[in-house]
Amino acid sequence: MGEAKLTRSSLRSGLGRVRGLGAAKEGVNHWWAQRVTALALVPLTLWFVASVVVLAGADHAAVTAWIARPLNTVLLLCLVGATFWHAGLGLQVVIEDYIHRESMRIAVLLAAKAVLLLGALSGILAVLRVAL
Amino acid sequence: MDTRDALMTGTTSDGRLVRRPLSPHLQVYRPQITSVLSISHRITGVALAVGTFLLVSWLMSAAAGPVAFAEAQAFMGSVLGRLMLFFWTLALFYHFCNGIRHLAWDAGHGYDLESVTRTGWFTVGAAVGLTLFAWVLGYALMG
Repeated sequence: MGEAKLTRSSLRSGLGRVRGLGAAKEGVNHWWAQRVTALALVPLTLWFVASVVVLAGADHAAVTAWIARPLNTVLLLCLVGATFWHAGLGLQVVIEDYIHRESMRIAVLLAAKAVLLLGALSGILAVLRVAL
Repeated sequence: MDTRDALMTGTTSDGRLVRRPLSPHLQVYRPQITSVLSISHRITGVALAVGTFLLVSWLMSAAAGPVAFAEAQAFMGSVLGRLMLFFWTLALFYHFCNGIRHLAWDAGHGYDLESVTRTGWFTVGAAVGLTLFAWVLGYALMG
């Protein structure tokens, strides 16, 4: 009988069996979102770096005029959104990997997401305020 | 004790309970191009997440008005500001190039050891090259 208990007949871990939890129904969402935002950031990053290189040394009037051009406004909003989303997903993995105490892990995770949300909203507000 | 510790408990083929070894032991392994670039992707990722607030503060200063913007530009133009911007550019281009390498892996390409080493060095070269190109072009355009 003791022998039977130790025989592994499925690929589920012992902990998984004890907790009795099934799939969270989120599947590959996190992984996929990280790839989609990465893909979006490829052209957005190239466009932004090229624009900043051209704008190097420009004064306030020139920079705000550049931000206020409709195409630049939309692309900047996409850049800020995709960057902070991608950063949030990435930081989450790093935090989950290195902070082992659960209470600390959840606290740092929530703090990081909150700070990133503030950053994203600030960036979006700044772009809209210049553009509108 | 957490989930990972519990998952490290396993059974041998004769049914004995054992604690599985933790891997990798970073202090034992010799650094290789693969492992160094892998951890660099994480480090630059975290650094870029912090650096993103630099971008936001630049946008906020532009929204706040000419005085705040001039102050932000003055900081970016200082030696410290330029150094931060330079390493931000380098981290960005490294994470950018290595990210494309990751996307290629996700699509199933370049898994053999020879390709991994080759694309690794290519990534390093491309990141340095793109960074220098952007800065030389920026200074040239400023006149």
